[in-house]
Amino acid sequence: MKSSIKALVVTGLFSLSTAAMATDDAGFSLGNKFEEASGDELYHAICQGCHMSEAQGAQGAGRYPALANNPKLSAGAYVTFMVSNGMGGMPALKQYLSDEQIAEVVNYTRTHFGNNFTDKVSADDVKIIAKR
Amino acid sequence: MTNHSMSRRALLGWIGKTAGAGAMYQAMTSLGFAAESSHPGSLNLDGVKKGATVLVLGAGVAGMTSAYELRKAGYKVKILEFNSRAGGRCWTLRGGDSYTELGGATQQCQFAEGNYINPGPWRVPYHHHHVMSYINEFNIAIEPFIQVNYNALVHSTKAFGGKPQRYRTVQADYQGYAAELLAKTINQNALDDSLSLEDREKLFESLRHWGALNEKGKYQKSHETSLRRGFAIPPGGGLSGKGEPSDLIDQSALLQSDLWKFIVNGQDIEFQSSIFQPVGGMDNIAKAFEKRVGDLIEYNARVTKIDQNDTGVTVDYEHHGVAKTAKADWCVCTIPLSILSQIPVKASSAMQTAIRSVPYASSVKVGLEFNRRFWEQDEAIFGGVSYTDLPITNISYPSAKYYDKGKGVLLGAYVWGPNAFEFTSLAPEERVKKAVEYGKQIHPQYTEEFNNGIAVGWHRVPWTQGCFGAWTEEKREQHYDNLCQVDGRLVLAGEHASHLPAWQEGAISSAHDAIKRLHKKAVATAA
Repeated sequence: MKSSIKALVVTGLFSLSTAAMATDDAGFSLGNKFEEASGDELYHAICQGCHMSEAQGAQGAGRYPALANNPKLSAGAYVTFMVSNGMGGMPALKQYLSDEQIAEVVNYTRTHFGNNFTDKVSADDVKIIAKR
Repeated sequence: MTNHSMSRRALLGWIGKTAGAGAMYQAMTSLGFAAESSHPGSLNLDGVKKGATVLVLGAGVAGMTSAYELRKAGYKVKILEFNSRAGGRCWTLRGGDSYTELGGATQQCQFAEGNYINPGPWRVPYHHHHVMSYINEFNIAIEPFIQVNYNALVHSTKAFGGKPQRYRTVQADYQGYAAELLAKTINQNALDDSLSLEDREKLFESLRHWGALNEKGKYQKSHETSLRRGFAIPPGGGLSGKGEPSDLIDQSALLQSDLWKFIVNGQDIEFQSSIFQPVGGMDNIAKAFEKRVGDLIEYNARVTKIDQNDTGVTVDYEHHGVAKTAKADWCVCTIPLSILSQIPVKASSAMQTAIRSVPYASSVKVGLEFNRRFWEQDEAIFGGVSYTDLPITNISYPSAKYYDKGKGVLLGAYVWGPNAFEFTSLAPEERVKKAVEYGKQIHPQYTEEFNNGIAVGWHRVPWTQGCFGAWTEEKREQHYDNLCQVDGRLVLAGEHASHLPAWQEGAISSAHDAIKRLHKKAVATAA
């Protein structure tokens, strides 16, 4: 399990370089930042891993909450906080994402999967909430 | 004297800049990750009160260690386990096994008899004394795990036209060039103010020795350098056996390749020889524990609430959909924090906050089975790891059954960071497909020989929702002590309650530490 942790540390130490914002031909990011740009791409490359393709969530020993039809998403600041800083087992994703990317994926999720919260979160909002 | 030691430090600093990779990796591993655990020693759980009971939550290695030692000491123990098997992340997938991840996708492992992949821990360093002591006590068969293989490959898509290089040549040339540069500074008198004449002479001599330099301090194509990096034509017997030295990699191309990143791993304490693996799969450790405490385990038990008061602990759980309750005097909880943070727990607010403060890392492993062991037959790679800058990160070759004529299984991807999220988001068969596509760039034989594969994305694992507790130094400072306290009648154990994240040694040493403290309190508590 270990080279691992090194990779995470590398991420921490070398997170300064700016991502080129283009995944490779197979759709993967090169380097230690996500390179997907649109909310759609970001959701399906990151969030889908846990919250699933239709944002329906999942249940095992614990659960991943459904993001679909979720009234908690009405507060854009809350969603932004969760994506940026994490909570419980959910990792803080701001280490891998720009403010613009976070705004994109938050806005996408709040207007898809049966959610219809049309007030937009901006990159400037993210900057404040992500506390960077 | 002071002056002298200062100049040595300055020299080390200079070496650090020259040998940048080594210095960087040292800095990384100094963040507490490479800490060696103390020796297990005797637990001394003497004086157990007659009839005292302990409920253990989770039958992974931390839980089973706790149960095994507590019962041996005289406690009456019961274990609740979510899965229908023991072991938790100490887990092996073999042909015939079925695995259903969160989201419902089920994979049937199609590996041939005897082949396997360990989705979780796969190595036991010799200094992981707690794990080693149980391997010894339970007579679990182990064999060497090959970590560093000089004939394996290092690969960058951006260097040498994407052509993989031998670990051996990159290692020898990097070391040789670094030694040559330092030797040059001595010859140019650049170190005259820093080192005495005697030390400069010794340093020069040591650099020649270390880097395979010639008498003038040059790293050049020669018999000597080929003894490190390999020959163009290897020496052999008879009239055709004259060896031919090999050409060096161009110095600038080597530096710019970034491949030097990959030749330091084996120097980390956790990757230094000797490293072991249980013969036939890591879960032989889990099975050895299960043999001893299996009678205590209630499987398929999903914990829903942990309550406690002055007299005992009450745990609610569901067993095949039926609500049940278990009571005991004391409780050792090894449920991963990713799950525990979703369960109501009666504990101090400091512990509750700690439980909710640790995110779980993303990681993916992909096992690939091939029709033949081409890496051995075609390339003489026997065990070890090839490293790449591709999202698959590395390819690890099996450390057993060399030259077996049947199918062979590689660890075809071991992914962390952003790529692990991306791999996890794919359907399992897509993960396997991507691992094959990427791996082809390193071993073209993939195209012909690939047979089947299985992929585990740890965020999709139903009982952990992630790979391991990803502490940061800041979070550890704030919450670690609060997490590990005996809180009333409850104590937590597991890799998340250790300074060895993700390692079984962390889980087992944490269990020992926790039950010692719990026992001390139990003995001191009236009734």
